[in-house]
Amino acid sequence: MHASHSHLTLAPEGRGVSRLLSRLSQTRPRGVTLAAGVVLTLIISVALFAPWLANHDPLALSPADRLKPMGSEFWLGTDPYGRDLYSRIVYGARVSLTVGLGVAVTSVAIGLPLGLLAGYFRTLDAVLMRIMDGLMAIPGILLAIAIVSLTSASLWTVMIAIMVPEIPQVVRLVRSRVLATREEAFVEAAILMGTSTPRLLWRHLMPSTLAPLIVQGTYICASAILTEAILSFLGAGIGTETPSWGNIMSEGRVYFQLKPSLIFWAGLLLSACILSINLLGDSARDALDPKMKRRMS
Amino acid sequence: MFAYFIRRILASIPVMLVVALFVFLLLRLSPGDPAAIIAGDMASPTQLANIRAALGLDQPLHIQFFVWLGELVRGNFGTSLISQTPVLTMIGQRLEPTGSLAVVAMLFTVIIAIPLGVIAAWCHGRFLDKLVMSASVVGFSVPVFVIGYLLIQLFALELGWLPVQGFRSLSEGIAPFASRIVLPALTLSSIYIALIARMTRASMLEVLDEDYIRTARAKGLPERAVLFRHALRNAAVPILTVIGTGFALMISGVVVTESVFNIPGLGRLIVDAVLARDYPVIQALILLTAGLYVIINLLIDLSYAITDPRIRY
Repeated sequence: MHASHSHLTLAPEGRGVSRLLSRLSQTRPRGVTLAAGVVLTLIISVALFAPWLANHDPLALSPADRLKPMGSEFWLGTDPYGRDLYSRIVYGARVSLTVGLGVAVTSVAIGLPLGLLAGYFRTLDAVLMRIMDGLMAIPGILLAIAIVSLTSASLWTVMIAIMVPEIPQVVRLVRSRVLATREEAFVEAAILMGTSTPRLLWRHLMPSTLAPLIVQGTYICASAILTEAILSFLGAGIGTETPSWGNIMSEGRVYFQLKPSLIFWAGLLLSACILSINLLGDSARDALDPKMKRRMS
Repeated sequence: MFAYFIRRILASIPVMLVVALFVFLLLRLSPGDPAAIIAGDMASPTQLANIRAALGLDQPLHIQFFVWLGELVRGNFGTSLISQTPVLTMIGQRLEPTGSLAVVAMLFTVIIAIPLGVIAAWCHGRFLDKLVMSASVVGFSVPVFVIGYLLIQLFALELGWLPVQGFRSLSEGIAPFASRIVLPALTLSSIYIALIARMTRASMLEVLDEDYIRTARAKGLPERAVLFRHALRNAAVPILTVIGTGFALMISGVVVTESVFNIPGLGRLIVDAVLARDYPVIQALILLTAGLYVIINLLIDLSYAITDPRIRY
C-alpha cells in the first residue's frame, strides 16, 4: 500500500521509530559516534561479564532485606522481594542485548530471502507484498503483546513476537533494492550469459542490499530492545522472575513513589543503550550511503 | 484521478482481509481453549462440548473464519468472554479517555514540534539547531514509560503541582481534567514531538533553498511571514505523512502511557484483555486499529493526489 507513493520525496515507509528517523537524519560530529561506541561497548562488557560483576544472586529472594536503600552491601539497594537491584540490572543487560541482537539477525535472515524472491518474481511479489501490507497494518506492539500472551512467556516467544512485525520492513527494503538493481546493465549481462536464477539472486542482486540492511539491522536491534522492555513492563514479556530491565521496572512500579530508583537505574541504562545503538546506526548510514547524508544535512 | 481513487480504495480490501485472516489464525491456533476459560476448572467434558458448539468452535477452521468474517462485516464483533458485554460497547466506554489523551497529545505536538522544527531549520547548523536536534535524538531513544515516570517524579512528587495518576472526564470540569491529562499527554507526545520537529526541519530545509523564498524575502516580507506562510505551507506534505505513519507509534505509546498513568482507556483494555485471554476483545481491538491505520494511510495517499498537482497516477 505504500509502494504507490514511495517515490515521493521524504515519505518514510517504516513503522518503527528508528526507521522514520533513518530518513531524516543529519551529519553527526565524530565525537558523538565515539561516545555511543564507548557506551555500547561498556554495556556489552557488562552483559558478558555479568557473573563476575554481580555481587549477589539476581534471583535470590530475601524478604528480610526488602526495599533496602543504596549502601555497601546492596550497591543500588534492593527490590520489593529483597533481591539486589544492582545484580539484577547487570544481568538485565544480557536479556536486552540477546533480544536486540537475536531479533535483528533473525529478521534479516528471514526477510532477506523473501525480499530477494519478491523483487525478482512478479507473481510471488503480488501475493507476498499483500501479506506484508496486512502484517504492517497491525500495530507492532499489539501484535507482539498478542503473540506473547497467547503462547507462553519465554525468551523465544518474546523474540518471535518482536520479530514478526519487523520482517515486513526488511522484505520491503530488500525488494526495493532488488527492483532497482535488476535494471542495471551488469544484471542484464548476467542474465544473457545464462546465469542460473539462484546464482543471479545471490551473487548479483544480494550484495546491493547489504549496506542498507546493516543500517536497518541496527535500528531493528534498538527497536527490539525497546519493545522487549515495553512488553515486560506491561506484564506480557519474559517470565517475571527473569531479571530483564523491563521486568525490573515493571516490579518497581507499585513502589515507585516510595523508591523511584527501582525504575530509574534500569530506565537510564535502557535509554543509554537504545540511544547509542541508534546513533551508531545513523553513523553507519552516513558512512554507507553518502547520498542520503548530503540530501539530509 | 477518479479511477486512481477507486483503485486505491479497492487495494485496501485485500490488506484488511490479510489482517483479518492473520488475527483469526493467531487466536484460533494459539494454545488455550476459550471454551475451557468460560467453563472454568470444574466443567465436565459434555459442558465443554456444549460451550464449544455454542461458540461454533466445533466447526472446521475455514467455516469458522467465514462465519466470523460475515459477523464482522455486519458490525458484530462479539461479546467479551469475561464480562459478557458486547465488545463494541466496551470499546465505546473506553473511547473518551483515549480520545482525550490522543487529542491533547496531538495538540502539544503541533504547538511544540512545528515551531521547533521551523526554528531549527532557520538556524541551520548553528547552536539552536544542534540543540533541538540533539534533544530530538534523546527524546526518541528514551522509552515512553521512562519519560512518564520522570515527569511524575518532577511535577507530581517533587513539585507537587499535578496529581500523580488517574483520569477525570471533561464533563467533571476543566481543572480536574486538565490537571490529570497534562502529564500523560506530554509523555505520549514526546516521541511525536521529536519525530515531527525533525521532519519539519528536514522538510523546511529543502524548501528554504527555493527561488520563491528568495523572492519573498527580496520583496521585503517579514521573516516570520516567509517562514510560516511561504515555507511551512510548502513543506507540509511530508509532515502530514509522518503524522499518518506515526499512528502505529501512537498506539504503542497509548498502551504504555495508560498503564503508567492508570488511565482507563483502550490501551488498558487491550492489556487487560490479553492478560485474561479475552479473545473477542483482542480481535476487535487489533482489527479496529489496523483498519484505522489502513484508512489513515489511504486518506494520506489520496490527499497527495489532491494537494500535489505534480503527482499523476
